[in-house]
Amino acid sequence: MSRLLSAIALSALTLVGGPALAQDLAITNATLATGDGGAPIPNATVVVRAGKVVAAGAGVAVPAGITAVDGTGKWVTPGLFSAVTDLGLSDVEAVDESNDSAADKSPFNAAMDISPALNPANQHIAVSREGGVTRATVTPFNGGSIFAGQGAVIDLGADPNLLMKPRAFQYVELGEAGGRLAGGSRVAAYVYLRNALREAKEVAALPAGATRQGDVLLTRADARALAPVLDGTQPLYVGVDRAADIRSVLGLKSEFPKLDLVLVGATEGWMVANEIAAARVPVITMPLRDLPASFEQLGATQSNVGRMKKAGVKVAIGMFMGMDQPRYAPQQAGNLVALTKVPGATGLTWGEAFAAITSVPAEISGMGGKAGVLAPGAVGDVVLWDGDPLELSSAPLAVWIDGVKQPLDNHQSRLKQRYRDLDRSLLPKAYVW
Amino acid sequence: MRVSPALRRVSSLVVLGLALSLAPGADAKKKDKDAKQAEAPYASTYRPYPGRPTALVGATVYDGRGGRIDNGTVLFENGKLVAIGGADLAIPAGYDRIDGAGKFVTPGVIDIHSHLGVYPSPSVDANSDGNEMTSPTTPDVWAEHSVWPQDPGFGRAMMHGGVTSLQILPGSGNLIGGRAVTLKNVPSLTVQGMKFPGAPYSLKMACGENPKRVYGEKGQKPSTRMGNFSVDRQAWIDAKKYKDGDHADRDLGKDTLEGVLKGEVLVQNHCYRADEMAQVLDMAKEMGYKVTAFHHAVEAYKIADLLKANDVCAAIWADWYGFKMESYDGIPENAALVANQGACVVIHSDDENGIQRLNQEAAKAQADGRRIGIDIPDAQVVGWFTYNAAKAMGIGDKTGSLEANKMADVVLWNGSPLSVYSRPEKVWVDGALLYDADDPKRKPVSDFELGQPGEGDVK
Repeated sequence: MSRLLSAIALSALTLVGGPALAQDLAITNATLATGDGGAPIPNATVVVRAGKVVAAGAGVAVPAGITAVDGTGKWVTPGLFSAVTDLGLSDVEAVDESNDSAADKSPFNAAMDISPALNPANQHIAVSREGGVTRATVTPFNGGSIFAGQGAVIDLGADPNLLMKPRAFQYVELGEAGGRLAGGSRVAAYVYLRNALREAKEVAALPAGATRQGDVLLTRADARALAPVLDGTQPLYVGVDRAADIRSVLGLKSEFPKLDLVLVGATEGWMVANEIAAARVPVITMPLRDLPASFEQLGATQSNVGRMKKAGVKVAIGMFMGMDQPRYAPQQAGNLVALTKVPGATGLTWGEAFAAITSVPAEISGMGGKAGVLAPGAVGDVVLWDGDPLELSSAPLAVWIDGVKQPLDNHQSRLKQRYRDLDRSLLPKAYVW
Repeated sequence: MRVSPALRRVSSLVVLGLALSLAPGADAKKKDKDAKQAEAPYASTYRPYPGRPTALVGATVYDGRGGRIDNGTVLFENGKLVAIGGADLAIPAGYDRIDGAGKFVTPGVIDIHSHLGVYPSPSVDANSDGNEMTSPTTPDVWAEHSVWPQDPGFGRAMMHGGVTSLQILPGSGNLIGGRAVTLKNVPSLTVQGMKFPGAPYSLKMACGENPKRVYGEKGQKPSTRMGNFSVDRQAWIDAKKYKDGDHADRDLGKDTLEGVLKGEVLVQNHCYRADEMAQVLDMAKEMGYKVTAFHHAVEAYKIADLLKANDVCAAIWADWYGFKMESYDGIPENAALVANQGACVVIHSDDENGIQRLNQEAAKAQADGRRIGIDIPDAQVVGWFTYNAAKAMGIGDKTGSLEANKMADVVLWNGSPLSVYSRPEKVWVDGALLYDADDPKRKPVSDFELGQPGEGDVK
């Protein structure tokens, strides 16, 4: 079963791999941030051919036949990679009819695969694209179970093929919220999780056509969906915040050694940073949450990311949903640089902060070396900025995905054009379009 | 992924509304013939903490009212600003001198729209005290009776956001949500110890989706926008009758509405859509009151001329949009387009995290304006989160700008407050140093955080 799933995933990848409209592209004389964690490089050049990066750095020559864009005074970077988002799942979050992020009345949970619901024409995708976001992972949200279902990797290109990898991960919520979903306690969540993995194992071992015996709680579809989690071919994203809960999650590895864990949230991660690092489990977190919003977030601090990074944890900025819009990932990252000037706080260098919204989330999402970096062989996702991309005053001037220059208009940009002035003397505003 | 906090807030409104659908209506009527008792109940007990005569020298100074002084000097003593000037301003004897070279000074940051204390951290149901959703009009409730002074959010707002004053509003589940309260951001055992001396009261009102959803789902009025207006208008008609009456039967809610009709209580009106704001302005005209600010106002840019003509502020986020139907047309250029018409812009938070970065939100909104050719100087943008907020809260004569004799509510930033790389370095409230990044002990730690993981951490 798991092999079949992987095969489908692979074919989907190859189908959308080669964009037909990709044009060769070169940007010269720009300040370059490659996304690899290093400091920005002045007077650099980026070359993209046939949708892939072929060179990025100082002293790179522009091949003959490629018209170069002069990037003097500008910055060039890989596209932003937004990990764990709700992009494409709802038109308006609170308009239930438009919202496919969760299904609390469905009998299914782990089997839910968001990929067919994703809408490439979604406005939030267009708005994020305008902000320089070129790749993302989209996660399902918990309905009635600790298992939310399976998320996907997408690109934000203005074309119908947004899906890069369906069923890229399974999401499970533990901790406080997981306990409530499981029936009322963390204890129940762990019993449910263990039982689910047992059923997954049993279903996977069934001969074709055989029926399951009694003592089953999960639907067949849900049990089957968990097989790739159990054998480690599909990462298991675990929503968890409290230090003790993180330890419990890491402890699952001794029982289920193949689990490919990713921690999502990890508000108190800094308190167990050495253990997370030793377990080689990466973290995706929203870094500026510094309030004890719940009893599992008492240790919240903006220094969480910096301290985990210092301990050797691979940390990405993510969890973009609701008011935390993917296009403002640079503001999140920039604030971590700001911490380096606050006595006692632990922040990130500029290069580390920029990597936390590009290469690191790409690596955690299985796109290491392919997305979130400007390096030979990577996808041709390039953003040209009017200034330091982490600074509040900066914005993309142009965005390429797979070497294709992207339109940057959307509902918002059309509104701003219509209402740039308020003159209605000759015709109503409805005629301005 | 668990459901986002934002959606949880929206949906919890619904859930709570349903849960309380059988609860009795608010008992608004209370007999109290002792009118004198009502003069200033729950009065402020706040007294400024001691400070030292201080001279901030060499910094770039934004005065909050559009002024900028490079290499400026700011003097304060006994809780009051003494003088603001250039490098040539004489520093009186006995003043502590703080070198601000390369740094920036602004007035204390002010948030006109906060729910700190009424929706505090931890945000558990037991602490959820912001929305009295048992009747669509509850002008009788006062936010100050819900504020939990130990909310750790107050301290974060000071340390990371430089917030020195804030208005705590009831939520938007009701058409008329109750009285707001304006606080100094000083740690206190009691809310009285935080109340901003001499600040007028505000009334929180809401139009649009929230009230009609909360009460519509209970099968009661209002369930539509026309129902919203019907309930509002009748409340004002009743209030006018009360105002003209003998007050023999004191009505707590109508006391508040009467205050609005007399111009003593300001109106802070949650309203998203342009067409609805225009309707509210006509209702205010019809009933004889003034709207001071439209809050959230994601479509303010469509009617910026109307807001200007009616002297109403738009208190807004920089760029929240699309999370509910009435926010669908929100755009990041909102603030700049409103300012471009000469109307009043206030950047607000409505959020315990956002309140820590009002300066950054303003900076983003400024940049979005610049990209469509609306160039608003930094010094004016600083006013979006200082003086304009103070003015719309009725405390513009006391704080919100760096002017002699005003309260010495001052922030020293370690870089431009409009840069993502900057943070408050020192924060003074009435001349008392209440946050100092260089002194680990000079920061507030709420009772709730004592003995917990991370007590006294940098946060």
